[in-house]
Amino acid sequence: MSRESLNIVIGGEAGQGLVTIGQILAKGLVRSGFSIVVTQSYQSRIRGGHNTYSIRAGCEDLSASQESIDLLVALDAQSVATHQQELSAEALVVVDSNWNLTAPSFFAVPFKELVADRYANIFALGVAGSLLGLSESLLERVLEEFFGHKDPAMNEANRQALKKAYQWTIEQSIFFPKLEPLSNPPARLMINGNEAIALGALSAGIKFLSFYPMTPATSIALFLATQAEKLGLIVEQAEDEISAVNMAIGSSFAGAPSMVSTSGGGFALMVEGVSLAGMTETPLVVVVAQRPGPATGLPTRTEQGDLDFILHSGHGEFPRAVFTPGTVEECFHLTRQAFDLAESAQTPIFLLTDQYLADSYRAVMPFDLTTPAYKAPNGENTGLTKPYRRYALTENGLSPRLFPGRTEDLVVADSDEHTEDGHLTEDLSVRKKMVEKRLAKGKLLFSRVIPPEFSGERRPDILLVGWGSSKGSVEEAAEKLRSGGKKVGTLHFSQVWPMVSEQFLPLLDEAKEVIMVEGNATGQLARLIRRETGFHITKKVLRYDGLPITPEYILRGVRTESGA
Amino acid sequence: MVTLDDYGTFETAWCPGCGNASILQALKQAFVGLELKPQQILLVSGIGQAAKTPHYLRANVFNGLHGRALPVATGAKLANPDLTVIAESGDGCNYGEGGNHFLAAIRRNINLTLLVHNNQIYGLTKGQASPTTPEGLITKAQPQGVPSAPFNPLAVAVALQAGFVARGFSGMADHLTRLIQEAISHQGFSLVDILQPCVSFNKVNTYAWYKKRCYELPDDYDPTKWESAMKKAMEWGERIPVGVIYQNRRPTFEDHFPLLKGGPLFGRNVDQEKIRQMMEGFT
Repeated sequence: MSRESLNIVIGGEAGQGLVTIGQILAKGLVRSGFSIVVTQSYQSRIRGGHNTYSIRAGCEDLSASQESIDLLVALDAQSVATHQQELSAEALVVVDSNWNLTAPSFFAVPFKELVADRYANIFALGVAGSLLGLSESLLERVLEEFFGHKDPAMNEANRQALKKAYQWTIEQSIFFPKLEPLSNPPARLMINGNEAIALGALSAGIKFLSFYPMTPATSIALFLATQAEKLGLIVEQAEDEISAVNMAIGSSFAGAPSMVSTSGGGFALMVEGVSLAGMTETPLVVVVAQRPGPATGLPTRTEQGDLDFILHSGHGEFPRAVFTPGTVEECFHLTRQAFDLAESAQTPIFLLTDQYLADSYRAVMPFDLTTPAYKAPNGENTGLTKPYRRYALTENGLSPRLFPGRTEDLVVADSDEHTEDGHLTEDLSVRKKMVEKRLAKGKLLFSRVIPPEFSGERRPDILLVGWGSSKGSVEEAAEKLRSGGKKVGTLHFSQVWPMVSEQFLPLLDEAKEVIMVEGNATGQLARLIRRETGFHITKKVLRYDGLPITPEYILRGVRTESGA
Repeated sequence: MVTLDDYGTFETAWCPGCGNASILQALKQAFVGLELKPQQILLVSGIGQAAKTPHYLRANVFNGLHGRALPVATGAKLANPDLTVIAESGDGCNYGEGGNHFLAAIRRNINLTLLVHNNQIYGLTKGQASPTTPEGLITKAQPQGVPSAPFNPLAVAVALQAGFVARGFSGMADHLTRLIQEAISHQGFSLVDILQPCVSFNKVNTYAWYKKRCYELPDDYDPTKWESAMKKAMEWGERIPVGVIYQNRRPTFEDHFPLLKGGPLFGRNVDQEKIRQMMEGFT
């Protein structure tokens, strides 16, 4: 007997190595050809507390996490108590026999008798691998790659622990349906949202990233730092976020495609820089990986609470675009587009994600790198009239951009209102023209807006609307509602600004019932849609307890909102 | 051959007799003396009367936000290490709003020059205390007298072993020109704190006040000696030393990035093949 998919949860204290075994198990599953969705739930501490690493794995493509647990690997007794209510009917719980816990669903492992304490988590990994039906040799390879070849003695001990765990588990002949093995699985990447953003930035030709560490955005910078020398970019940990954003503006002004990455609180410090980029017309890509606020909030949890903040960040009026990727693939592609758009419109472009997507590993096909994201300008002067004017007035608001020191032309940029040649002015007729020039660039952004993605039948009974990381959950919830006989559509915004109402208003109008799904307490996108289109979405499924939006959560909310 | 004419002459928004005018002149003289062309130079400034200086000569300019000249200058220098980058602003901008950036720039030892027009007062906003205003001075914003002790930028810079630490005086034009030239030529972070009177809002530290106190460091003063430099940096009051207070040969920030040896970061190819190989690491 085998199964199509299941949800594995590894629970324990920080410091027990649950992320390590989670990563190895996830990679083993991806190498075996299965699709995965990883949800990492951790507390803001280095030791103790209760953390989980959940892997939903399946034979078909998966795009959402799952609440109910089919296999719980409990590294401490607390995990058993915490997740008791989430266990599915057929669930199995791997426990330590020393805890003296008994229940029909418990699979007690005498860790103390079988393995040294130090290798208990590798043993647990072996037990899980064996229960899932993963090839032992495959898992052994992943294990060895993970730890590298630093310490041959430790590698050997790891291998022995894994081997023993497989042998011992098989001997127990416990009933647990394995995942249906796949033949000829394609080679896929195991990659999370942050890594996909970093990869997208690299393929777009990023040359400068400045940052200040902040969860859950930090891993973007960490990954880029490991590649910096090889791929020719500078990664600098600035003294604060104010410096980070100003540095990136300086480097972009001097010709290097530049990005900053942070979370809400760090972005709060960057806001003056957003306005500066708008005024000086300096291309800038800003990544904000959201976590719950206000203030320090819940540092390691997820939320979609900063949409209003991003939309209105920076004093004064200037054009911007806001991308809200819904999948790891979108993280890659939209980052590339953000670089293109920032350079094309010479203005700040945002990429808004959240902790859930940032840390969520998925199995994805390798990204297509053959088509360049865009051609970065090299600052050459191709026949511009002399003297060069950085802010020359044009029909579409775009002035040719040169780099200081690249040619004999002098490049003058100013945060004050300025003349065409970049010098500060208080001539109010010039002021008026410059405002209109900057806003005229909005037309370019408008013309390139990615339409929200609709799926399902037209004129549905229920239309579920969402943005960002909830994409997979919304689609899966819709699928479940459809199998219950409902006519359901979904509308996903992977770009929320600018908003082109013609792209989606008819879809809202024709649905019998529209329900907004958002990871915040007030329905920020619903409010934006009402402001821009007049369409008032009154039914909302909102989540703001710090956890990701799951299909189950949406279904419960839909039942409450519409009785469906 | 570079001449003063290459740098142009512009009408300024400064008060007659403002020290800024002589600093501007010394800056242009310094560029001419070093045979630097306007296109080789990037002047980055913040906000304040001093921060307007870049608008009054021909060069590449980024006039950014209050306190942020150094971060922008740092980013630009890293993106194009071939540029001669000068950050120029006042005492409020650099030591107040931008204090953290001042410390970080010293630690980085990035190869750029910071010129601080230090008039010990806020001029643009009309006379509030700056970080260098003497304790007790009565201003409109501090009617009971400034309650905080003044910031000593030179002592802080020497304490952090900044690459090059100097003090100039706007009333000693030739001396100031030479200091700026030395600062630009120094490999690493260079600070020139330039004393200047504010004729409108600082009635204590006047031209005559400085003239009476400022003296040039003697020829036998050795700026490479840290302990004596620290002592010199603390000297203030009846006698105020001007000149190079401290200098060392620490490696620059740029020295830690081999890729910058290849010059500017613009116009470089994106090696998609290398990225593809790296992407394979995710399988």
